[in-house]
Amino acid sequence: MTDAHDTARPSIFPGAIALALVTVYVIALLHAESQNTILTLLGVGAVAVTVAHWLGWLVPVARSFQARDDALALLAIVAALVVAVYFREDHFVLLLLCTVLLYTVATLGLNVQFGYAGVLNFAGASFFGIGAYTAAVLTQHTAVPHVLILLAGGIMAALIGSLLLLPVLRTRGHYAAVITIAFALLFKTFLEVNDILGGPQGLQVKAMSLFGWSFNDNIEIGGFEASFYFSYFAASLAILVIAFALVRRLERSWIGLNLDALRLDETAALCFGLNIVRWKVTAFLFGNVLIGVAGALYGMLVGFVQPNSFTFADSLIFVSILLLGGIGNPWGVVAATIIVVIVPEKLQAIQEYRFLLYALLVMAVLLFRPEGLLPRPVRNYLPGWRP
Amino acid sequence: MTAGTVESQAGTAAPHATATPLLTAHGLTKRFGGVAALDDLDLNVQRGEILGLIGPNGSGKTTFFNVVTAIYGADAGRILFDDADISRSTPPAVYHAGISRTFQRSRLSLPLSIFDNVMIGNHKRLNQSLWFNLVRRGAFIAECEANFAEARALVKSFDAPLADRMLEPVAGLPMIDRRRIEICRALISRPKLLLLDEPSAGMTQDETKQLMENILGIRERMAGLTIVIVEHEMAVIERITDRCVVLNFGRKIAEGTFAGIAADRQVQEAYLGLQ
Repeated sequence: MTDAHDTARPSIFPGAIALALVTVYVIALLHAESQNTILTLLGVGAVAVTVAHWLGWLVPVARSFQARDDALALLAIVAALVVAVYFREDHFVLLLLCTVLLYTVATLGLNVQFGYAGVLNFAGASFFGIGAYTAAVLTQHTAVPHVLILLAGGIMAALIGSLLLLPVLRTRGHYAAVITIAFALLFKTFLEVNDILGGPQGLQVKAMSLFGWSFNDNIEIGGFEASFYFSYFAASLAILVIAFALVRRLERSWIGLNLDALRLDETAALCFGLNIVRWKVTAFLFGNVLIGVAGALYGMLVGFVQPNSFTFADSLIFVSILLLGGIGNPWGVVAATIIVVIVPEKLQAIQEYRFLLYALLVMAVLLFRPEGLLPRPVRNYLPGWRP
Repeated sequence: MTAGTVESQAGTAAPHATATPLLTAHGLTKRFGGVAALDDLDLNVQRGEILGLIGPNGSGKTTFFNVVTAIYGADAGRILFDDADISRSTPPAVYHAGISRTFQRSRLSLPLSIFDNVMIGNHKRLNQSLWFNLVRRGAFIAECEANFAEARALVKSFDAPLADRMLEPVAGLPMIDRRRIEICRALISRPKLLLLDEPSAGMTQDETKQLMENILGIRERMAGLTIVIVEHEMAVIERITDRCVVLNFGRKIAEGTFAGIAADRQVQEAYLGLQ
């Protein structure tokens, strides 16, 4: 029997080398202080990626990520830890890294909703905020263990999300998107006029503590000293790893297939027995749980929540991360969050024009590379599966 | 009215002539505004036969499929499938009862692989629980591999080279392969009744011929499968059907073997406009 699948499994090395280069690059970028150095670095990065693309060097990278992404995911965890250990005493950088990790978790949730099920959610920041406000209320008024509070943030986001689902399921396409926009605007107004939730001033969130160990103490273990943000970094990374693994498993299952089927052709999906409502609800709530958990930890991280942190504009940031990274590809979400969160923070000149630049970036992506920086590959139920 | 014709055909068509028809439509009516796409249609599909459904454009053939699969609700009349009333059903329920279909304009999920597309048709035989899919990965992979082998064997029975490309996206395939995959998607769940909506549309004559051989091959392998095929290509109808029903303006105007209906004056009028 002739079999087309007798070629060797792609090597892990192109992916590992790319990962190492990105790690060094991110460290350099975070380390740079002067605006000129940062601009140069950004230029070098853009040129390097473009040249590598022309030379065809990105193809083996993509292939090894597709076939070996279980091993590469472990390496990515190591890479994240390397960056964090390198900056262990730098509050600002660690805070930035935590933000990257938690935004990635939230956008992964959005990716399940929009990338897989095709349900556009323009209220991502609102659900992120629901997680954060849940953390604020529960840390202030109850003695619930903080791990459970993170879960509660996710569950609250899912519960309030199910209210939004009723009208969303009755409408299609753009109309459903408009409903989520309306919700985002209503949510912010609701917070502003609600005295119990602190009104426009917002609420304080107590620091996370895990098994009696407060996250707001600096770390001193043996010779290892680190900023208190290092604990948050570890917690954020743990949540990201769990979220990433869950989203990966979801995609590589019959459920992921169901979501693709109903997004691509609802009528055909119906004719093959799919319960459209059940799977849309599953995807929406699954996504909201991720967004809410990320929001709860984010609230504890920054110690303070207010309506202005969770506006419609912030929801657009989540959506633009998803569009930039590559809809449906979790690796793309990771890469895009690094760019969208870190670049404006480092490049102070553009901070005020952040949203303008996001808008331009999204337009450029939609025009020239509509599938995003890292397009989603065809589903593989096992990494490197060659039956 | 046409009851006599039905009786006379029963012997040639169905292996189980004594059993009730697999699908029966009684007085089926579907209106779009003022137009009756199906007008008091009575139609029987015998177990094990290949029934050709023909008629001019707009005569109600595809509407019949859409009403049977519950994409449209009927305005009047009843549909019995396997002795159960499915007139007020939903598309998923019809699928679960054992009716699968293809679409006139091929409706595959183009970015997905061949395997994925075939598995969409296997929905009712796959374990859909969250726990199984997310947590019990070992069991999931075992189910996945068993299904892969089955899907691959099915695709291979249509076209051997195609079976080596199971994990490639459908988007790059020619029309004949897409039609084959669509039929595999409909067959993988082992339906009792297969509805084929113009499988030859958009294909060359050679390709059509190959596909017809495929369809006849299926019937040999899947004993008891009943097929209703909508087709404009008369050579196809002549080659593969046991019996034909001719529709015009949503009504049945003739019924019988291909040779019989081809000689029918009413049919000639409907198709050729003879006075």
